[in-house]
Amino acid sequence: MALYLPIAEMSVNIFVLLGMGAAVGFLSGMFGVGGGFLITPLLIFYNIPPAVAVATGANQVVASSVSGVLSHFKRGTVDVKLGVVLLIGGIGGSSIGVWIFSLLRSLGQLDLIVSVLYVVFLGTVGGLMMVESVRAIARSRGGGTVSLRRPGAHNWVHKLPFKMRFKASKLYVSVIPVLGLGLMIGILSAIMGVGGGFIMVPAMIYLLKVPTNVVIGTSLFQIIFVSAYTTVVQAMTNHSVDVILALLLMLGSVIGAQYGAKAGQRLRGEQLRALLAALVLLVALRLGYALFVVPDEIYSIARGLAL
Amino acid sequence: MRASGAWLILLAAFATSASAQEAAAPEPAGLEAPAQDTTVPETPALDAPDIETAEPQPLTTQAELLPERIEIGLSTETIAITSDFAGADLTIFGAVDNVDPLIQRQSRYDVFVVLEGPHANLVTRRKARVLGVWANVDSQGFIDVPESFLIASTRPPQDVTDSDNLARLSLNVSQMRLRPMSDGMIDVDEIDEFSRELRRLKQEGGLYQEFPTGVRFISQSLFRATLRLPANVPLGRHFAKAYLFRQGVLVAQTQAPLEIKKAGAEFQIYKAAQDQSLLYGLAAVLLAFVVGWLGRVIFRRD
Repeated sequence: MALYLPIAEMSVNIFVLLGMGAAVGFLSGMFGVGGGFLITPLLIFYNIPPAVAVATGANQVVASSVSGVLSHFKRGTVDVKLGVVLLIGGIGGSSIGVWIFSLLRSLGQLDLIVSVLYVVFLGTVGGLMMVESVRAIARSRGGGTVSLRRPGAHNWVHKLPFKMRFKASKLYVSVIPVLGLGLMIGILSAIMGVGGGFIMVPAMIYLLKVPTNVVIGTSLFQIIFVSAYTTVVQAMTNHSVDVILALLLMLGSVIGAQYGAKAGQRLRGEQLRALLAALVLLVALRLGYALFVVPDEIYSIARGLAL
Repeated sequence: MRASGAWLILLAAFATSASAQEAAAPEPAGLEAPAQDTTVPETPALDAPDIETAEPQPLTTQAELLPERIEIGLSTETIAITSDFAGADLTIFGAVDNVDPLIQRQSRYDVFVVLEGPHANLVTRRKARVLGVWANVDSQGFIDVPESFLIASTRPPQDVTDSDNLARLSLNVSQMRLRPMSDGMIDVDEIDEFSRELRRLKQEGGLYQEFPTGVRFISQSLFRATLRLPANVPLGRHFAKAYLFRQGVLVAQTQAPLEIKKAGAEFQIYKAAQDQSLLYGLAAVLLAFVVGWLGRVIFRRD
């Protein structure tokens, strides 16, 4: 069934998009990730203009994060204070990111930079996850108990000034790395259309030493607002948020997430992580391949003037 | 999947009245002061130098004292296309007044009908390998380029008049004037290449098209032009222009505006995204909150 997307200005098949949303939702439910980093590349593979894919991806992330954060609130695993500080950095970062996004678009380099960033980030995160999970699997096969590496009590981050106490996280840490982390994720959120959970979560655990039980809830909490802000700013500066597209993806992903969560309970943690890592690496490879292969058409026309 | 053979007919208000006039008085000789005040706007002065310079023809009848005029009539000033628009044939009717029957019999009148889309600044970019990766490297901007350009004529343009005329009036795609944005450094070969590629991409996308036999005379003075509107026809103010050539010389021209709009809910969304972007963004976020919350309520799993 064909449907016309008003902002992407193209006809798409409703079921393909619902299916895409459901598949990503299934994975995000299974692995506990937002799924933005999968949605945007999939949309680009489906020939949605990258500018629209990125901005609409941010909108979709809001829905999946809202859905996810509610259960964390119920369990009390959200550090609101830490989330708000991250959020302040995130909003600044998102503003910078949207500005960079517009600049790249007018330079004609947006599509390239988006792809390169995806290849770099997905490749790095997927590679690290793969190594870690394969080691964990090997260790559990060897009979030893799987124990996550206990991070050291303190590192250089804890020597910085302007310390602040975060009770829910039992943390007393400088606001500089917290704001900085939020800022960096905000920039990525705007340029890549991701929530940034796949970077935020490991950074909070290893850099800030946030206890693992509050990491996901807090990360989702701040992602909601950074993505919401990114959506509004993208809508205002680039007019590239397609609500019809976003709605289809949201519906698919909210439904898919329920089944994904059930499926996730049956798999073991390290196997799950290895699977996710494989998936992330696959997306990175596919995007990377497209960068190097000779394009069908080397000329293109765009509105605006060359700088 | 979608109906693609739809016809959009812009019946000329003038054409119908003109044919009625002619049925009553087939020879235009009696019309000293023809009542031809149609709604078609007058030809802009800067484009009409040839009316005066047209070479005088031998006088055979009194009618030839009057210069030829060309009129096109659009029954509507707006076309609303729906979101599933897959392209359509557009028919434009028009009439030529004060036709010299002798020249007409020899088929020495030629008509061009152009539908020119809104203008915009466009940039053509060329990819090249940078460190192994294909990136946009070179580019050339063009100022005030028509986003679409559909041209129909009674005969292939090069058979009608000489190349200079075609180029001056932009009457074929390959000679359409493109004004390069100059940044001081002008490389003629590069500009040629970029403008050629711009035309090629536009032609491949159906936005620049020539219909070399798209105009037909259906009577001595009435003609019909058929153009193919592409599915991605740009929205906005188009101009339908008509040019009349007698023996290879431009003798009259006219133009009429035509607004192309999108109808339906999708266009309302598009408009909101452009005009009410803050509200639009907030609505998108609200929608996401509602869907996320509903998903949580419906599929409560803890």
